[in-house]
Amino acid sequence: MTPNIPNNDHLEQLLEQIHDARVRGAALRIRGGDSKRHLGRHVDADELDTRNHTGVVRYDPTELVVTVRAGTRLHDLNKLLTANGQHLPPEAPDFSAAATVGGMVAAAVAGPRRPWAGSVRDFVLGCRVITAEGKHLRFGGDVMKNVAGYDFSRLLAGSHGCLGVITEISLKVLPLPRAAQSLQLAVDAVAALKLLAQWKQENLPISGACHWNDLLHVRIEGGRASVEAARARIHATPVSAQVWEDLREHRLPFFQSSQPLWRLSVPTNAPLVAMPGDVLLDWGGAQRWVKTDASAHDVRRIAESLRGHATCYTPGIDDSPFEPLSPEILRLHQRLKAQLDPDGLFNPGRMYADI
Amino acid sequence: MSYRYIEKLDGDLPEVSKETVLLNLKQRIPELRVLHTDEEMRPYECDGLSAYRVTPMLVVLPETVEQVRQVLQFASQHQIPIVTRGAGTGLSGGAMPLEKGILLVMSRFKQILSIDPEASLARVQPGVRNLAISEAVAPYGLYYAPDPSSQIACSIGGNVAENAGGVHCLKYGLTLHNVMQVKVLTIDGDELVLGSEAFDTPGFDLLALFTGSEGLLGVITEVTVRLLPKPAYTKVMLASFDSVEKAGATVANIIGAGIIPAGLEMMDNLAIRAAEDFIRAGYPVDAQAILLCELDGNRQDVEEDIACVEKILRESGAVEIRIARDESERQQFWAGRKNAFPAVGRISPDYYCMDGTIPRHALPHVLTRIQELSQTYNLRVANVFHAGDGNLHPLILFDANTPGEIDRAEAIGARILELCVEVGGTISGEHGVGREKINQMCTQFNSDELRLFHSLKSAWDPKNLLNPGKNIPTLNRCAEFGAMHIHAGQLPHPELERF
Repeated sequence: MTPNIPNNDHLEQLLEQIHDARVRGAALRIRGGDSKRHLGRHVDADELDTRNHTGVVRYDPTELVVTVRAGTRLHDLNKLLTANGQHLPPEAPDFSAAATVGGMVAAAVAGPRRPWAGSVRDFVLGCRVITAEGKHLRFGGDVMKNVAGYDFSRLLAGSHGCLGVITEISLKVLPLPRAAQSLQLAVDAVAALKLLAQWKQENLPISGACHWNDLLHVRIEGGRASVEAARARIHATPVSAQVWEDLREHRLPFFQSSQPLWRLSVPTNAPLVAMPGDVLLDWGGAQRWVKTDASAHDVRRIAESLRGHATCYTPGIDDSPFEPLSPEILRLHQRLKAQLDPDGLFNPGRMYADI
Repeated sequence: MSYRYIEKLDGDLPEVSKETVLLNLKQRIPELRVLHTDEEMRPYECDGLSAYRVTPMLVVLPETVEQVRQVLQFASQHQIPIVTRGAGTGLSGGAMPLEKGILLVMSRFKQILSIDPEASLARVQPGVRNLAISEAVAPYGLYYAPDPSSQIACSIGGNVAENAGGVHCLKYGLTLHNVMQVKVLTIDGDELVLGSEAFDTPGFDLLALFTGSEGLLGVITEVTVRLLPKPAYTKVMLASFDSVEKAGATVANIIGAGIIPAGLEMMDNLAIRAAEDFIRAGYPVDAQAILLCELDGNRQDVEEDIACVEKILRESGAVEIRIARDESERQQFWAGRKNAFPAVGRISPDYYCMDGTIPRHALPHVLTRIQELSQTYNLRVANVFHAGDGNLHPLILFDANTPGEIDRAEAIGARILELCVEVGGTISGEHGVGREKINQMCTQFNSDELRLFHSLKSAWDPKNLLNPGKNIPTLNRCAEFGAMHIHAGQLPHPELERF
C-alpha cells in the first residue's frame, strides 16, 4: 500500500532541536521542501528541517482519510492516492518536487479546483503539532466529523508555521472523478465571465476555469454522462488536462515575465476592472494573477475596491507581502501568538512583522 | 445533576447582587428587554438537553447589534458571565444558563439581510432559522446544505457556534465548509469580521477557529453562508441486512467503489422497530440493520451510481433492496429515519441521544460493546448512525421517574463516549461538548492539550466571561474526574451499586 514512501519517525530529533533552541533563546525557521519560500517574509533563523519526518501512518481508502507525517513529499502522497483511485481535491501546488505535506497545510495554497471542491483547510481533519513549550500534542483526529474542543488543526492550516510545528496530518480524501474533460474557447475576459455565470446557472459540473490571453479554459468533471452532456453543451475545443497543472505550478507563459507577481483574491462576482498589468483569471474570476510594476499601495487599493485582498508572490517587493490586517484582527493575531509562542520561537515575522 | 456548574471544579464566579445588576443594566440600556422573574425566565432554563434546568440570573433579549455590544461591555465591566443562546435546540447543553450569569438570547435577530444568487451567498442575522435560509433562496434554485435534524427550529448563529452537521455532511461538509464570513462581537464589544466573501482571507484562519467554539470566543451578529445549486435529481435506496456487520461492510464497499452518497444512514433493529411502529415507513422489522443510501446530482450520473450501488448491495449480502420509485416514496423511506428520535421517544419515557464519531471499520466492535454495556447497565440502546461519516447516535432509553435510571443513563453514555475515543474516534461528531460531555473531554485530551485550548480562549476572552464551564474543562475538573475514572477502572461497573 505504501510503496516508495520512507517510514522515518524523526520526532525525537525535532523535539531535541526545538528544546535546544528554546534553551538558547534562538528562533527557528521551519522548513519542508522550501518550495514556497518565496511566499511570505524572510525569516532569519536556524533551520528546523522537517523533511526527514516521513511516512504514511494510516491509510484505508474506504475510510476516505489518510494520515501522514509532515515531511512526506506531496508528490509521493499524490501518487499513493492516485494508485488508490483517490485524490486531495484542492490540488495544492508543488512548486517543486521537494514540497512536503506539512508545507502544503502550513501555507494552505490551493489549486484550480478550490472554488468548487474546497480549500486545503477544508480537508484537514486533524494533526499533531509541537508547541513552543516543546510538547507534542494531538488535535482533531482521523474521523470526518469532530467538534470536540476548538478546531486548532484547521487554525494551523495557513498559519505558515507561526503557531507550532505540524508533525503529522490527517486529511480527508475523495474518489477521483470518473470522467474529466478540459476545453478551450477563444473569448475575451468579459465574455468568459458571462459564459461562466451562465454555465453555473445551468449547474454544469465545472471544476476549473481560467482565462488569459483571450483564451478561456474550463474543466468539467463528474460521471461519464454528465461530462459528456456538459462537453456537448459548452461546445469548445478539447485540450489536454496539462493546462491545469501548468497553471497550478505557475509554469504557463503568463508567469514567466520578470515583472512582480501579485495574487488578488476577490468575491466570485467581483467586476472586471482595469489592472496595471497583464492579468490571468483563475477560479472563475475569484483569483486574479497580475504581473505588474505598480506599487503595493496601488495593487492593494484595487483589491480592496473589489472587496478582496492582495498577496505579493515575488520576494523583495513589499515588506508585507500578505495583505495588512485591520487593527483589531492584528491585535487578535498578536494575542494568539503571545499565548502560543510568546518568545517568537517559530517562524518569527514570516506572515507579519510582529507575529 | 452532574451538569450543574460547580465553582470548585469549573472556576469561581463573581458574587454579584441580582438587584444591583438589574438596576444598573436598566439604567445603562433602558430600551433593552430584560426578563428577571422566575416565571418569565422559565422557558430559558434549558436548551435541547432538557433534563437539566438552571434559572439564570437574568435573561436579555436585545434587538440591535448596538444593544448586544452594550450588554457585553456591561458584562465585561461588572465581570458577569454571559451565556449566549440561539434557538435553544442544542443537545449538549451549550446554552445551559448560569445562576450567576446573564443569558443573552439572540432569537430576535431574524432578518435575512441580503441574497446574492450570482455569488451564491446569503447574508443573514444569527437568529434566522436554518431551514428559513433554504426556503428564502429556493426561488433561485439554491439551498443551504447543512441540515441538522432540528433545521426547522435551529438558528444559523447556533449552527456556527456548534459547527452543526446533518445527514449530508459526507458530501457537502459541516457548517464550517459552508460559511464564508461571520461578524462577531468580543466580550469588550469590539466587532471582528472573520472570513470574507472571497475564497480566502489574510492572516490566521480565525473563522475556522471560531466555528464550533460554542459561544466561548465571541457573540455572532451576522453570518454569510455559501449556497449550493439544488441537485437536479435525487434517488434513495433502502437495503436490509440480517447482520449489522454486513451492513457496516457494505458502507465500506460503496465508498471503496468511489461513490460518495449524499446521505448514507444506518439503523439497527430496535431503531427500525421503533420507527416502523411510529411512522409506518414500510421498514422491514425483522432486519438486523437497514441502510438508506441517497444519491444526488446530474440524472445520468445518479442512474449510473444507483446501478453500481445496487450491485454492491447484492454482493454484500443485502436481504432486500428497494429503490424509491418517486418523490413520495423517497419521502416515505426518509420518514422513518427522520423520525427515529421521536419514535424512540414513544417506546420509552425518556431517551438520551449520544453523538460519538468512530472510524467506520470499528463499527462492528463498537456496536457489540454497546450491546454488552446495554446489558450491564440494564438499559436499552437503539442505534442510529450517519454511516457515511462514522457519526454514531446511540439512543439510551430510560425512565427519569425510576430512581437511579438517569444516573445509569449518564454512566452508560459516558462509557460509550470513552469507547469512541478508545477506537480512535471522538466524543462529539456534531452536537458539541457543551456541558454534557465536559468530563469526557478529559478522556479525549491530555492536560497539555487542554492548556492550549485555555490559552486560545485567553487570547479572545482573558477574563473568561463568555460561556464559562462549557466546551473545555478546567484542569481541576479533569483531576477530579480522572480520579473517578481510575476508580472505575479498578472496580468494574461500580455504578451498579447505585440501585
